[in-house]
Amino acid sequence: MDRVDGPAKVTGAARYSAEINVPGTVYGVLKSSTIAKGRITNIDTTAAAKEPGILNIFTHQNLPKPAKTPKQIEKWRAAQSYLPMQDDQIQYAGQPVALVVAATLEAATQAAALIKVTYQADTPIDSYHDPKAELFDPQKIQQGKKDGHVVRGNPQQAFDGAAIRHEATYVHAINHHSPMEPAATLAVWEGADKLTVYEASQNVTMHQGNLAELLGMPREQIRVVTKYIGGGFGCKGSFWPHTILTVLAARAVNRPVKLVLTRPQMFTGVGHREDQEQTLKMGATADGKLVSIVHSKKATTSPWDNYTESNGKIMDMLYACPNYSTVYELARANVMTSVWMRAPGEAPGSFALESSMDDLAHQLNIDPLEIRLRNYADHDHSSGKPWSSKSLKQCYTRGAELFGWNKRNPKPGQTRRGNLLVGHGMASATYPVHSSQGTARVRLFADGHAVVEAGATDLGTGTYTVMTQVSADALGLPPEKIRFELGDTRLPTAPGSGGSVAAGTVASSIMAAAEDVWDKVVKMAVADKKSPLYKVKPTDVKVELGRMFLAKDPKKGETLLAALGRSGQPDIEGSGTGKYGAGYEEKNFGQNGADQNNDNKEKKSGGHSMHSFGAHFCEVEVDPDLGTVRITRWVGVHGVGTVLNLKTATSQMKGGAIYGIGAALMEDTFRDPNFARYTNADLAGYHIPVNADIPEIQVEFVPETDPYINYLGVKGIGELGMVGVAAAVGNAIFNATGRRMRSLPITPDKMLEALRLPA
Amino acid sequence: MNNFSYIQADKAKEATAAKRDDKSAAFIAGGTTLIDLMKLNVENHDQLIDVNMLPFRGIEMTKNGLRIGALERMSEVGEHPLVVQNFPAVSESLLLAASAQLRNMASIGGNVLQRTRCGYFRDTAFPCNKREPGTGCPALEGDNRNLAILGTSSACIATSYPGDLSVALTALDAVLTLENAKGKQREVPITKFYLLPGTTPQKETVLEADELIVAVTIPQTAAARKSKYLKVRDRSSYAYALASAAVGLEVQGGLIRSARVALGGVGTQPWRCSEAEKMLVGKAPSEAVFRAAAEVALRGAKPREHNAFKVEMAQNTLVRALSEVASL
Ligand SMILES: Cc1cc2nc3c(=O)[nH]c(=O)nc-3n(C[C@H](O)[C@H](O)[C@H](O)COP(=O)(O)OP(=O)(O)OC[C@H]3O[C@@H](n4cnc5c(N)ncnc54)[C@H](O)[C@@H]3O)c2cc1C
Ligand code: SF4
Repeated sequence: MDRVDGPAKVTGAARYSAEINVPGTVYGVLKSSTIAKGRITNIDTTAAAKEPGILNIFTHQNLPKPAKTPKQIEKWRAAQSYLPMQDDQIQYAGQPVALVVAATLEAATQAAALIKVTYQADTPIDSYHDPKAELFDPQKIQQGKKDGHVVRGNPQQAFDGAAIRHEATYVHAINHHSPMEPAATLAVWEGADKLTVYEASQNVTMHQGNLAELLGMPREQIRVVTKYIGGGFGCKGSFWPHTILTVLAARAVNRPVKLVLTRPQMFTGVGHREDQEQTLKMGATADGKLVSIVHSKKATTSPWDNYTESNGKIMDMLYACPNYSTVYELARANVMTSVWMRAPGEAPGSFALESSMDDLAHQLNIDPLEIRLRNYADHDHSSGKPWSSKSLKQCYTRGAELFGWNKRNPKPGQTRRGNLLVGHGMASATYPVHSSQGTARVRLFADGHAVVEAGATDLGTGTYTVMTQVSADALGLPPEKIRFELGDTRLPTAPGSGGSVAAGTVASSIMAAAEDVWDKVVKMAVADKKSPLYKVKPTDVKVELGRMFLAKDPKKGETLLAALGRSGQPDIEGSGTGKYGAGYEEKNFGQNGADQNNDNKEKKSGGHSMHSFGAHFCEVEVDPDLGTVRITRWVGVHGVGTVLNLKTATSQMKGGAIYGIGAALMEDTFRDPNFARYTNADLAGYHIPVNADIPEIQVEFVPETDPYINYLGVKGIGELGMVGVAAAVGNAIFNATGRRMRSLPITPDKMLEALRLPA
Repeated sequence: MNNFSYIQADKAKEATAAKRDDKSAAFIAGGTTLIDLMKLNVENHDQLIDVNMLPFRGIEMTKNGLRIGALERMSEVGEHPLVVQNFPAVSESLLLAASAQLRNMASIGGNVLQRTRCGYFRDTAFPCNKREPGTGCPALEGDNRNLAILGTSSACIATSYPGDLSVALTALDAVLTLENAKGKQREVPITKFYLLPGTTPQKETVLEADELIVAVTIPQTAAARKSKYLKVRDRSSYAYALASAAVGLEVQGGLIRSARVALGGVGTQPWRCSEAEKMLVGKAPSEAVFRAAAEVALRGAKPREHNAFKVEMAQNTLVRALSEVASL
């Protein structure tokens, strides 16, 4: 089925948050700090205030105080706990120092430029590799929500005693999400106690909760709306300074205020993937069976928060390895808090793990695919639980077949195409099913259409489309008779788009709500003399594609609409709660082996370990003289349970590969070491892939049924496609050149340097 | 960005006079450099003088070579048959630049005057000698990956012209026609148009405040007909050159009779390599000859922490480009 939002998007009828117009709107423009550390000594707004139509210029001196720092910031794990413009301190470059509100965007922009801020600058710390930085052991990461130390078995001893030992360090540059649509907030107050916020949000419920606490208002007085999102990749799933400042300013000027971050502000306004370095020690038997994985990670964090991606998760569960440990070290630097970015943890973690596996295969002279099969995990070794479903073997087999893996020359540096070296590489992918739940409402009208509602969001990936499809199937209506509404806190609460939970959760919620409608209509039918199901026991009735029938005699039955029509009632409404992951399993299969003392409840509750899996295969061409790397072929095969919509799912997996290719080959935000300020904060300087960088990407899904995940057997796909991509690229480069690239991105300068050294 | 007034000039004189009378005014053609820099507050102009209505148009062969009006668009010139056939390096330098949308907007005159992509220059939060003389050059010890290794000074190491077209024009001895407020025209070879940073990196070209670029003329030569532009960059399209080479060879009887070599992405200005050209003339084309010339071309390079790779990359780019035009 084609995208239901396609026509609205191509005709411009779809309004993104910044495009919503409310009468009387005025415009906010942020002024950001030029220095990275120090103190504001003076703010001169004289010239700025003379611009026409200035309503107010807010600084730390006159910004209305928020009621409190939202605790929710912690609940959501990733978000900066530091509130903007509360005092004269500067802790990172790009930190907001003033907000101009004016009648026009032009006046606000010019006024912001005219504000003169005087600073007393201190020497900033740039990152964990700054000699002034002090590494510390955070004990817990992600605002205290996750263990910073995980140990299973006796990893160091096992490593020391292993026949084969491999140790390597991997570096990951700073990456920025860079969605096409910038962050935007339009805050509309109706009196002092009613607020509507149009926000570019991946999670309207999260924004509502944080705003309620920030403003000291009941949640229900605050409405957050996000109808369309132009990409988020995680950066719109947290509560950031621009939102806080816009709502406070709008209340103070008593006008709707719209604020859109500029592209440079997107680099210091909505988080990033932190610069990091991982050391991975792998011990194996002489025939390549892993006996130990010892992982450690160093990363940069902000002056206040202990956020870092948990790269270790994937190392703990992807292979059958009896001993494992991970530890994190952080350094405080003058940067904003980093945040989850597509496949947080799994993306950089898989780069280290899958590159080392490739090395190991090479060292032992076995095929990269074979070493993965020798270490295939028949259950999840991190938790000891069985998989709810796992089709990784099928993904390997099918991927290898589509790619022609058996034609790969195992010897590096042997295949040439003109001036170019050609190489083939592969890597595994996996992403966990995060437990989640949500609610939905279904209203079926007797005239044969339905309105289905859930407060979820659509990142642009297809939530509107797949939920329309799910609703159409549940009610037996053609998709064009379904109006699916999302992105509004007035709708039943649903999870945001993040952690790949949206499709699985919202689809389940809709099914639960549809079942509620079925139950009600079945009750009507069995009491209705005119119904073929009159006097039948409701429990004997089944519903499929909008038709109720006697389970034992399917011919006996009628459509939901026929029964509803006779009742004279214009419509009927149902609602329900759907669960995804561990919660669904617990509800339907009973609790089994839950370990309530473990912090990581996601992992330990329920009876099964739930993950999606996949495999990437790629071909690269390396120019040995110029250092350029081009991807020429890509095959991704994935096992993700039920595929709701092949078209949008395939697009997502392609998008994941492209996102991963960006991280692998070009994405790199450079922070000047002396100023702790980015030097390439725009999309000309920060390279993301263009069409010419991307070859034909072939995507397939292997059939997979998973009864434990949710009602429809749907696993998330948003992040999976990116996991392992950088490693597959690096592995193909190794096959092409005999050079192992351990620092992302693999740019021509690094490639040339590696080629200069002996293989 | 500050507020500004806007006028549209119908005659060259109108434009140049307005510019002469208002020191803070700027000409605007496609605006793809100018507006960006104004949005960043790197340039603040109180008046924009739109020159798009001026008759600086046309792509035609003259007795001095191909004359291209300064207001022709990059895409039109890059795809023009006269350019494709007689000056392939010029065509390639245009079509490998920027994006299709930008090439449709951007003019030839504006291209020649585009400004550095040095990240410090483009962000007013940083000091920068080019933007604010005397404030210092943070690139020396900072992010210099994209910056120059040839022609640098202790005041500035920027690739002052970061683009492509002028590299090809430099290799092929193009001449710029300029016109001032008195209506007087003068011709300046592009090799004399750009200035080395020295102690005054803010002064980038010999263009006077009231002068317009009217046209570019490229002499028609055998080397130009057998020319090539090769560009190495961080992604396959839509990126500035890390290193590039514009070369042209005239080979007769198995020997190089004349050679044209210029490098981009490595010099503070488009970098003509006359010494390398001299070395090539009279020799039979071979990889060894090209490599020797490439080494000479990069002699005197002053690499820094993040751009040391450019020495080897530029040499290899040059060897590859020469090998391709010589069909080695
Ligand atoms: C994202 C991005 C990527 C790019 N990538 C590349 C690339 O890969 N390669 C490349 O070569 N270029 C690249 N460019 C630069 C682009 O080619 C230039 O911006 C463009 O050529 C400038 O032409 P314009 O007509 O838009 O100039 P404008 O912006 O209108 O003017 C630029 C300057 O020239 C002056 N000016 C314009 N016309 C005249 C004239 N006739 N006489 C005197 N002064 C004049 C203006 O006053 C101004 O100072 C890129 C630009 C962007 C924004
Ligand atoms: S290299 Fe030149 S343009 Fe860049 S910071 Fe130094 S002085 Fe400024």
